Amino acid sequence: MTNATAIGAPMKSITTKALVVVVIAAVFALAIALGGRVIAQQIVSGLMLGAIYLTVAVAFTLTIGVLNFLNFTIPSLFMLTGMIAWGLREKGLLGFAGGWAWLVALIAGVVVATAASLVVERFTFRYLKTRHGDATEHAIPLVSSLGFLLIFEHLVILTLGSESQRFSVPFKADIHLFGLVIGAPQLVSLGCALLVVAALTFVLKHTRMGRALRTIAENPEIASLLGVEVTRVVPVLFLLTGLLCGLAAALFTVNYGDVSPFMGDHVGSKAIAAMVLGGIGSIWGAILGGLVVGLTETLSIHFFGGDSVEMIIWGLLLIVIIVRPRGLFGAVAVGKGKL
Amino acid sequence: MSGYASGIVAILCINLIFAYAVFITAAAGQLNLGAAGFQAVGAYAAASFSNLGWTPGWATIPAAMAVSGLTGFLLAFPVLRTKGVYMVLATFAFGEVVSGILLQTSLFGGAMGMVVPDYLPLSSLVAGAVFATLLVFFLMATRFGLALRAIHDDDLVATVMGVNVRAMQVAVFTIGGALAGLSGALYAHHFSFVEAQYFNSTLSIFVLLFVLIGGTQTAWGPLAGSLFFTLVPETLRIGGSWRFVIFGAAIVLMMVVRPEGMITRTLVARFRRRPAAVKPVAITVGEPHVR
Repeated sequence: MTNATAIGAPMKSITTKALVVVVIAAVFALAIALGGRVIAQQIVSGLMLGAIYLTVAVAFTLTIGVLNFLNFTIPSLFMLTGMIAWGLREKGLLGFAGGWAWLVALIAGVVVATAASLVVERFTFRYLKTRHGDATEHAIPLVSSLGFLLIFEHLVILTLGSESQRFSVPFKADIHLFGLVIGAPQLVSLGCALLVVAALTFVLKHTRMGRALRTIAENPEIASLLGVEVTRVVPVLFLLTGLLCGLAAALFTVNYGDVSPFMGDHVGSKAIAAMVLGGIGSIWGAILGGLVVGLTETLSIHFFGGDSVEMIIWGLLLIVIIVRPRGLFGAVAVGKGKL
Repeated sequence: MSGYASGIVAILCINLIFAYAVFITAAAGQLNLGAAGFQAVGAYAAASFSNLGWTPGWATIPAAMAVSGLTGFLLAFPVLRTKGVYMVLATFAFGEVVSGILLQTSLFGGAMGMVVPDYLPLSSLVAGAVFATLLVFFLMATRFGLALRAIHDDDLVATVMGVNVRAMQVAVFTIGGALAGLSGALYAHHFSFVEAQYFNSTLSIFVLLFVLIGGTQTAWGPLAGSLFFTLVPETLRIGGSWRFVIFGAAIVLMMVVRPEGMITRTLVARFRRRPAAVKPVAITVGEPHVR
């Protein structure tokens, strides 16, 4: 397993990767040139949607890259943030915060999601470290996380109801630029997402914790022989997962103003698609994948109607998996090992 | 039998066949998270043939199995290029594509679904379930089953021992596809209606959970898994969401306490009062080993 080559490491063969980016950018530039302002507006919304997807995709790719664990609780952490934030405001628990109640609510949501993620760590990793030596063992944490998905989703339905709810923010600022409408919160969210991911890349590359994570990605047993305390480093990963999901959900809630117990399912599956498209275990791949999926979504709605989105994105993904299983940026060995 | 009880038995039979479809690939270490896609192919094939007026009504079932088996066969080649998490994701993507295509195609009724003219009674569902169970038990008792177990435990060693891993994996995908198609076809004929929304990713996830919680080591696993998860919630009679919370908690605890699933090889061996298949034998160097 050489996952560490992908996690946070500088991209190898920059030229081919730059080529991929340039080709994708060229396709969209062509679309703008042919389609004019309407298409340009679609691309702007696609990038904003992509910012949400890429943040969640980075959370997915981190857990897979380091632990080879497809964490199915990620959609429910996303949902928890939104629903907890709405629930706190709805039950009138945030009267003290005045005009800032929306922000306090969202921060509380992120905190709850992060705490939930740490609970998940206990049951999917801390208590499950024994290896049973058969081919489906990589499914054990996956199954456990599916269990948590059910628990979180239905606990929220039980306490807060299953309807879609409105989460309003007290400002509405659209920027008009070259005749395009760009929502200020959307712009902030794109910046926020990219900033967090850039910071994460730096942490993985240059800090002690980052090096520990990359060592575990390479080989957990050798990592612990070399003095990495696996039981102390792995929770950090789940902490990051919770924070990234919480951030994405907060941005989503502010942008689109809707929360529901099922809001995570849609975003989660798109983020999985984004991660695979970019290459499992590669952070930059997840970023590119997130943006491509966001753009594909808005453009296919524009051209082929709303029902076509799932089919186009998953069809694209199926083709990518079959033709180039490691995705656009992924390292060869990732996801092929047994761990 | 009351309508309620026969409804449960019908669902149990369909779940059981479906679980065996997922089990046969999992027995060779391949996790299929797009099983609902295969079931949908079978259900829609049966529904289409039935609407074309095939007689007798049951003739659509082998045809549907052939269609979904062929789908499994064809999908196996590209999907088997991937492994582990990628494989799980590739099958997941397949399931999404199938439901997307069915929703888009007006020939299959799109989001409106399809009415199936021929009704098959409960007895044929039970017959189907018995057939699938016996088939998988038989397969797992042959050399083929032994080869699957070898691949499940270590595909590299299996290759070294002369197992044609690739052929076996293609075979299980084909059989799994056909069995999922059987469950879909029976579903279509019994409930007289199919809609693409039913065959969603949640269904794929649940059937995989049945199998993994039941256990992938022996053919008893899916039987235990589907019996447990179909009957226990019904007998508990817990309403709505609490059922899922308890189900989720059971899954999490199960993975902590017994990650190999409810039924394991050692458990089966103990019940059979026979020595376990592999028994360590002391071999003394220098003299021939006599039994």
